[in-house]
Amino acid sequence: MKPAPFAYKKARSLDEAIALLGEHKDARLLAGGQSLIATLNMRLSAPTLLIDINGIGGLDRIEEKNGAIEIGALVRHAQAERSDMIAKRVPLIARAMPHIGHAAIRNRGTLGGSIAFADPAAELPACLMALDGEVEASGPRGKRTIKSQDFFTGLFETALGPQEMLTAIRIPLATADTRVGFAELARRHGDYAIVGLAASARSDGKGLKDLRLSFFGAGDTPSRARKAEIVLESGDVDGAVAQLDLDPHDDVQATAAVKKHLAGVLLRRVAKQLMEPRA
Amino acid sequence: MSGLALDVTMTVNGETVVERVEPRQTLVDFLRDNLGLTGSHVGCEHGVCGACTVRVDGEIVRGCLMLAVQCEDAKVETIEGLSDSGEVADLQLAFAERNALQCGFCTPGMITAAQELLAKGGVPSRDEIREHISGNYCRCTGYHAIVDAVEAVAQEREKARGGAGK
Repeated sequence: MKPAPFAYKKARSLDEAIALLGEHKDARLLAGGQSLIATLNMRLSAPTLLIDINGIGGLDRIEEKNGAIEIGALVRHAQAERSDMIAKRVPLIARAMPHIGHAAIRNRGTLGGSIAFADPAAELPACLMALDGEVEASGPRGKRTIKSQDFFTGLFETALGPQEMLTAIRIPLATADTRVGFAELARRHGDYAIVGLAASARSDGKGLKDLRLSFFGAGDTPSRARKAEIVLESGDVDGAVAQLDLDPHDDVQATAAVKKHLAGVLLRRVAKQLMEPRA
Repeated sequence: MSGLALDVTMTVNGETVVERVEPRQTLVDFLRDNLGLTGSHVGCEHGVCGACTVRVDGEIVRGCLMLAVQCEDAKVETIEGLSDSGEVADLQLAFAERNALQCGFCTPGMITAAQELLAKGGVPSRDEIREHISGNYCRCTGYHAIVDAVEAVAQEREKARGGAGK
């Protein structure tokens, strides 16, 4: 199908983008467009204006700042995939990256766009949650920071206000005791997951601490399995699978029961990754 | 044309193109309908099938997930350009020799995607080839012959560069 008509404006600055958002109530921001343009083509979305933010300078950087890695809103998946800084300091994102879309999609799609779009089956929102990351939002009154657990508020819904734009994500640096795990099941490599799991923890050599299990494709938002976290911290993988507190619903890919079963399979795989000694 | 239309200037296969386009027109529709470059195909129109794969500023993209208006000042290359320049001549020959196409609908996208992988140099493993073309559907061949063709060209190019290959 073809999109319904809309106007197009290329914002030259952040202020201009925010002002345009204020003037046009049903405008949408266009970053990589790898989800947005698909929804326009299918007429699932019909905004009157697209505000192209690709020309705004300074948003395409990956930088270390105050104990965190800051990833600008226009950093593309392919750029993150090639980044040594991400490989060393945010290994969970590096591990998730090859599962996101396909080569041509990763050349255009942005990390910020994926998080702002908040698809419940997408990898990056779950990674942000597993890593206890945060979102920098810019609006008419300046910048504010939103913690990941407060950011994803519902199905494709976030805490961003109508005139706010995600300008960066920040993720605490991995340290020597950081352990991460990632696994997903998809019908074809690169497709949206039926269910997936992003996890991070600290290891003191004996067991896991501060474990965060963040499932995707298993609810309206990335979902923490807090009971299973506590059981797995004690080293009991079977117990964690048996007590997996996850409540997926049926979707086009699989029934809730199948998803729950697969989530248990992934939990075993990820538990093994988390408990491996770090190379 | 509605009042929403905008002028856009881009380079397509080395030629400068100035056209007035509707913002809602995708790049692949622009290439096909306005410029008559029908080698890029329109399949699913939502980024799944890869038939519309083209190169923008040196990187492969989905022609259906980019708007023509976004290509202001961009360098766009289609299968017509890649084919005319001879850049993918060996891939085209290998696809024909190994029956890596039947209906041919996916082939322009498949070759454009494969060329990006091979341009990185070296001889990718079969798994790496499969991963790189995982975004391109083929409903005829079952992919084996395509992977064979891409692998064979990678080995030939490595030999020509004087490397030993893998």
